[in-house]
Amino acid sequence: MPIEIDIAHVARLARLALDEGELESYRAQLGVILEHAARVQSLEIEPEVEAAHPLGFANAFREDVLRPSLDRDEVLAQAPSAVDGYFLAPPALESE
Amino acid sequence: MIDSSISEAGRRLRSGEVTALSLLKTALDTAGRTEAQLHAFLTLDTEGARQAAAQADADFADGIDLGPLHGIPVALKDNMCTRGVETTAASQILAGYLPPYDATVVTRLRSGGAVVVGKTNLDEFAMGSSTENSAYGTTYNPWDLTRVPGGSSGGSAASVAAGSSLAAFGSDTGGSIRQPASLCGVVGMKPTYGTVSRYGLIAFASSLDQIGPFTRTVEDSALALQAIWGHDPHDATSYAGDYPDPTNGLGRGVEGLRIGLVSELSGEGFEPAVETATGAMVASLESAGAEVSEVSLPTFDIALSAYYLIAPAEASSNLARFDGIRYGLRVDGSTTEELMSRTRAEGFGPEVTRRILLGTYSLSAGYYDAFYGQAQRVRAAIQEDFARAYQQVDVLVSPTSPTVAFEAGARTADPLAMYLSDICTIPSNLSGHPAISVPIGLDDAGLPIGFQVMAPALGEEVMYQAAAEVEHLAGFSISPTAIEGAL
Amino acid sequence: MSWEPVIGIEVHVELMTNSKMFCGCAVAFGAEPNTRTCPTCLGLPGALPVPNKVAIESIMSIGLALNCQVSPRSVFHRKNYFYADLPKNYQISQFDVPVCHDGYLDVEVDGETRRVGIERAHMEEDTGKSMHLGAGGRIHAAEGTLLDFNRSGVPLVEIVSRPDIRGAVESRAYAQQLRSVVAELGVSDARLEEGSIRFDANVSIRPEGEELLGTKVEIKNMNSFRSLERAVDFEIGRQIDLVESGGLVVQETRHWDEEAGVTHSMRTKEGSSDYRYFTEPDLVPMVMDEEWVDEVRGRLPELPADRRRRYEQQGLDRQGAGVLSGMDAELRAIYEEAVRSGAPAKAAATWLTGEVIGWARKHKVESSALLLDGAGLAELIEMVDEGLVSSSAAKEVLDGVLSGGGAPGVVAKDHDLLQMKDRDALEAAVDQVVAAHPGAVEGFRQGEEKVVGFLVGQVMKATQGKADPRAVNQILRAKLSE
Ligand SMILES: [Mg+2]
Ligand SMILES: [Zn+2]
Repeated sequence: MPIEIDIAHVARLARLALDEGELESYRAQLGVILEHAARVQSLEIEPEVEAAHPLGFANAFREDVLRPSLDRDEVLAQAPSAVDGYFLAPPALESE
Repeated sequence: MIDSSISEAGRRLRSGEVTALSLLKTALDTAGRTEAQLHAFLTLDTEGARQAAAQADADFADGIDLGPLHGIPVALKDNMCTRGVETTAASQILAGYLPPYDATVVTRLRSGGAVVVGKTNLDEFAMGSSTENSAYGTTYNPWDLTRVPGGSSGGSAASVAAGSSLAAFGSDTGGSIRQPASLCGVVGMKPTYGTVSRYGLIAFASSLDQIGPFTRTVEDSALALQAIWGHDPHDATSYAGDYPDPTNGLGRGVEGLRIGLVSELSGEGFEPAVETATGAMVASLESAGAEVSEVSLPTFDIALSAYYLIAPAEASSNLARFDGIRYGLRVDGSTTEELMSRTRAEGFGPEVTRRILLGTYSLSAGYYDAFYGQAQRVRAAIQEDFARAYQQVDVLVSPTSPTVAFEAGARTADPLAMYLSDICTIPSNLSGHPAISVPIGLDDAGLPIGFQVMAPALGEEVMYQAAAEVEHLAGFSISPTAIEGAL
Repeated sequence: MSWEPVIGIEVHVELMTNSKMFCGCAVAFGAEPNTRTCPTCLGLPGALPVPNKVAIESIMSIGLALNCQVSPRSVFHRKNYFYADLPKNYQISQFDVPVCHDGYLDVEVDGETRRVGIERAHMEEDTGKSMHLGAGGRIHAAEGTLLDFNRSGVPLVEIVSRPDIRGAVESRAYAQQLRSVVAELGVSDARLEEGSIRFDANVSIRPEGEELLGTKVEIKNMNSFRSLERAVDFEIGRQIDLVESGGLVVQETRHWDEEAGVTHSMRTKEGSSDYRYFTEPDLVPMVMDEEWVDEVRGRLPELPADRRRRYEQQGLDRQGAGVLSGMDAELRAIYEEAVRSGAPAKAAATWLTGEVIGWARKHKVESSALLLDGAGLAELIEMVDEGLVSSSAAKEVLDGVLSGGGAPGVVAKDHDLLQMKDRDALEAAVDQVVAAHPGAVEGFRQGEEKVVGFLVGQVMKATQGKADPRAVNQILRAKLSE
């Protein structure tokens, strides 16, 4: 059963600017992989069944105490663009 | 090359026969002779390593002993953050990135006196089984330079095999430590999920990733594991209870140990030499007193399918942060969305792009339940299959890889063929159980074959017990010879 | 046709824990940009989240105060979407198993109690802040977005009501009531101006009597209770006009424009609603067993609704109890102490909600700075009851007390405000007045009842108001009837 893939939509969701040729080639590859992956559907399992941490523990919390923050200059030194202590990005526009 | 184990080098360091600086020099000299052909490293931190080695020598002179890795040259897969030392995950998108913090494993290694030689090559973001997906060039197999070292931790495996480090650390999401260990003829081990902190490990698939060691011997593997594992309050999935002593079972033999050979991990796709060597090892174990049986875990047949839904789904989310805003590569755009989309298309290689698309698709509305949701249920069924098997046996065994090291380029055009490289290793990632690959011999072409021992959660003691006997029975202590005059 | 508005409200509350939701950075307003960040809240490669236990207990408190069930087991999910101020490009939030669910909040509207269902309260993390610069903005580098991640990762509780709200006034009352509960719990400073509590409303209309819900429109950007009321009111009207003129309401998000007093459509974002939720693999489940829930419940302060019930039991009427239970903790403490010291509840409440508050407002004094305690209020009330001061003099006594003159007894004496209680002195005063007004006395004997008032007034005048008018009246009648 061929699997339908709206590859342009998926690429948009994933924020990947791919051209038509790339999209088509990925669509084909995903089709092959997903057909293989669809074998998971061969097993009948109760829908409530859930995978869990192998050691099965819960409640890993931290106490509400402060730890030192990073030095801003060190952080901003890695930024592609920064100004006045802020990271700088282009305008968002409504399409964001 | 450094012709000794960690335990042997440790004895010599403490007796004063060698110094940490001389061990480091040997490692760096080896790297100097082999790197042009192997390309195991992305970054050599020569200066940092010298300082650490000098410090170790000063410590030994002062009678300070920080444990088994004190003064030992080690290498780190380049997906572990090292403060101020370039960390790229072999991706263009992190070219030049200097993390402002150390991964917990790095902190532990440093406080244990280990000498970090450098950062090793990998498939970009640990996605791959051949180290051919690195944005900075392929790593080659020291046993045959036309072949791949396996992956994704191929650089770490090649470095230990070549002797430019005595231990190296990798990450294993679907076999990325064990498969390259198998292909490079070294010991590679993936611990129980939650026992080694993931803090500072650049995530591929958070519920599967686990850091573990590459070493030349099984005993070294247990020592290296002890140096890095333990509860970490910075990782909420980190285990806070009691840990076993992995060295306890070493040398104990396998008398009365119940060993199950996984029937699903054989047959089609498995090279005859691999099957023969595996069968011979199982027979030897039986002769050594183990109770050997064949065990069926039917869900293993769809483990690969589940893995290729779960891992890319988590990856698609984990890799969303690489957007050109706060660090790494930026390709400009007139809006934030355009900038992000261009940066990501430019910065990620084809395999990473493929998996992000795959994961985004399997999580998206309308497909979630049939793909990601069902894969999670299969994962639970695999965990149950393992649990049933461990009622009958103490450890499970299989080949580590269905094949020996393959030719570079042989599988790059066929993602699915590449994915099949991990068919034996993936189940232990899905279950979160420990597993180890031990070299047991060479095929006719002189390429190493690995043997996998799997154990239940926190079963590292019995896993090492069996692995040590496998190592003993195999008598494998051969070094790679592909590099002319180098090793 | 008559239309029924159907409204559900989503509230985001920032908790005021010491540290953020998943890291040890400080939760602090007004810090220099990007100085409260670490690998985790900046989404650096390799960083991991670890949940703040106090934040989890805070959302449990909120849930319990809203009569919710606390889930015995709850998990975090990732909500995936790209936005420049969301460092990981996913938000750690909750999807199908929130910490709290199925509660309600009773809201007073026009003297009637309306019960608004609470669907859920879930835990999540806040985003950073974007500052959009126009061309020629503060920064000469032309237009762009400045990003500050100090707020990134601040614990956020999202409270989702059921669509039980039926109008703009009710929306406002719900929001105000919810805010007071959260503020009372002490888990958030719940300030609208600082954005530490934020309201979005889902508005739809349906024909009166119809069961099915209409198409809902989400409205955002209301930053005061008044603007919430106005925005909901506008949106209801817009939808009715639209439908009555043959149009259809489309499901969308609309932005409230405070100045223009209208909602604007925000351009719909293609595919933006596919959040690809999945269980957060970096975290393990939370198990809220009964013991833990009881422990949190035991630490809850008394909430307005419970307090109001208690006040009614103490003898206040419904309205008085309502007003008092919504007042500042300091004022309530004065009331509680006065009642403990023996003052009748009603008198204590009346004094506090009338004279005391009036005085504080007039003199612009914070309730925490008032120089009145419960014992003092009880003393004042007792003095009035015993006729030691007249009710008008009592107001002067209160003014003296609040101005720092000391206890009521001291003030009354110092300002000569005590009533004349000495029977002989009162009789002498009455005798003098009777003697001085023979005409009035004659009038009384002719049956002119109203002269009594005149004569009492004369006595009060002669005693400079210090006589107890009731006593004067009684003595006067006795004398006139002799
Ligand atoms: Mg929310
Ligand atoms: Zn932080």
